[in-house]
Amino acid sequence: MNTIVEREKGLLELEQRITELKAHAAQQPVDMSAEIRALESKYAQIQREIFGTMTAWQRVNMARHPKRPLGSDYIAALDRFDELHGDRHFRDDRAIVGGFAKLRGRRIVAIAQDKGRDTKDKVLRNFGMPSPEGYRKVIRLVQLAERVNLPVVTFVDTSGADPGIGSEERAQGEAIAQSLYQLAGTRVPIVATVIGEGGSGGALALALGDRVLMLEHSVYSVASPEGAAAILWGDAARAEEAATRLKLTADDLLGFGIIDEIVPEPLGGAHRDPESTIARVLDAVDAALTAQDALDVDERLERRYRKFRRIGSV
Amino acid sequence: MPMPEWLRMRRAEPATAEQAAQWTKCPKCASMIYRPDLAVNLWVCPTCGHNFRMHAFDRISMLVDADFTEIGGEIAPGDPLGWTDKVPYPQKLQRDRDKSKLTEGVVCGFASIGGYPVALGVMDFNFRGGTMGTVVGERIAMLFEQAAPRRLPVVVVTASGGARMEEGMLALMQMAKTTLAVRRFRDAGGYYVSVLTDPTTGGVTASFAFEADVIVGEARAAIGFAGRRVIEQTIRQRLPDNFQTAEFLLEKGAIDMVVERKELKDTLVRLLDYGSAVRPSANGRASVVAAEGAR
Repeated sequence: MNTIVEREKGLLELEQRITELKAHAAQQPVDMSAEIRALESKYAQIQREIFGTMTAWQRVNMARHPKRPLGSDYIAALDRFDELHGDRHFRDDRAIVGGFAKLRGRRIVAIAQDKGRDTKDKVLRNFGMPSPEGYRKVIRLVQLAERVNLPVVTFVDTSGADPGIGSEERAQGEAIAQSLYQLAGTRVPIVATVIGEGGSGGALALALGDRVLMLEHSVYSVASPEGAAAILWGDAARAEEAATRLKLTADDLLGFGIIDEIVPEPLGGAHRDPESTIARVLDAVDAALTAQDALDVDERLERRYRKFRRIGSV
Repeated sequence: MPMPEWLRMRRAEPATAEQAAQWTKCPKCASMIYRPDLAVNLWVCPTCGHNFRMHAFDRISMLVDADFTEIGGEIAPGDPLGWTDKVPYPQKLQRDRDKSKLTEGVVCGFASIGGYPVALGVMDFNFRGGTMGTVVGERIAMLFEQAAPRRLPVVVVTASGGARMEEGMLALMQMAKTTLAVRRFRDAGGYYVSVLTDPTTGGVTASFAFEADVIVGEARAAIGFAGRRVIEQTIRQRLPDNFQTAEFLLEKGAIDMVVERKELKDTLVRLLDYGSAVRPSANGRASVVAAEGAR
């Protein structure tokens, strides 16, 4: 069970009571504003208590919240989107959605990982875990962007690359390596935003960017907390402990210089106000692209090189 | 450490070790093998042909003609996350340094192979499972950066359990760092051969191991992205024995060739002959000149 969903239950009940009371008050001659105010202040207090300071594990749960805006929601909020399908070799991996788009009047190539919303959609999209052909679609779209000189905008949200037999048979490692290799030398600007879960190499394959943004309560990690706990201690149940140790929050990663910018979320998380959250992300992406306009290609490539080159250097 | 010193150290080892340590059991066929025999046989079981995982020094001795000039050996790991579980991370590192006589999970430097001067990197599974942390990423990036202006081909022998958990996201970012270095090197015309040995998995598979011009798999090596256990847990069934072996990858078209250990050096010499920008000189001087230029 998602811990954030659990903690939200009381709040949502209180929210409903306030709404009911307000509706009731409107029909009654008696003044109930004092009671309403008291409930509202209690609501705000609980909300601050729950969401004011969030632990790493709570953020992991927030990043996995069933109502959190997904890659497709960001794509849908663009001015225009013309989807381009497939890797031209094997199949169209629906865990990755990509194509030509317009953002704030600017023509771009947009690529998003999408976990799927309902059960049917989740199965269709393999729960957002891309297969090799998904990464090969990314490579193809980034090459296309370079050919027609459009910037690349990616939205990252995956628990990790698909770990199935078929993916291994079709060289998952090679696909991710080549996606990284493509991004490493691409001459057009690349702006990546981690909107939910940034799960290991499967996420990084879309995030070797000139500017890397993260939503406030998203996480980005070398392995899922469950995976890390299994690798380190042979016990996936110690995921909460691993989440704390892995330093996977946006604040941690900004401190390490691994990401460049944190996009704030409304109190209670992105799903409490998806529209404004998505708009804020798109504004930040737009601003990052504008900043990239000022750079010539050689300078962009040199900065991209140095940005990652210095991480972990002594 | 210069090569002759390593060799002295390796040769001195059996003399000081206890008699019992002279014998080892083949994990494949369980036959008892006299360790010096095993070393002479390139750490291949004389009974069943099983490839033992090789120490980086032994691998280098096996591949290079004479000298090896190490670079980046002074780069030592920090503890960026302040990681502690049963044992603090710095203690784990010290334990592996003592046990393996290595400073980190990869040894990089300049040498010559069959007269061809090369930049050579060799990973070692004995050091934290060959995992890639900041030092491995830094040394690999440095190897490509220093090879490019010398017009040297790069040979990297991989053996890795993936990204190093104890360095968190800083470890994952080494996939980006090494990829950028390989891309820049190859865009400048550099020639790169990777040799994937047992085991090559995770973040190393998904970065520089699969970005080479020619990818060689050592016979019967386990090579893959996801770990075997992870896949078995996901699909809830046992995988066939040959799954994720070098031979399996060859059949699927993911690597160029599978080579027995005893053939590896000759194979590399031929591959260097096709792709190296620097030609060998008759007396092997080319490698010495290259190595002296190194810093």
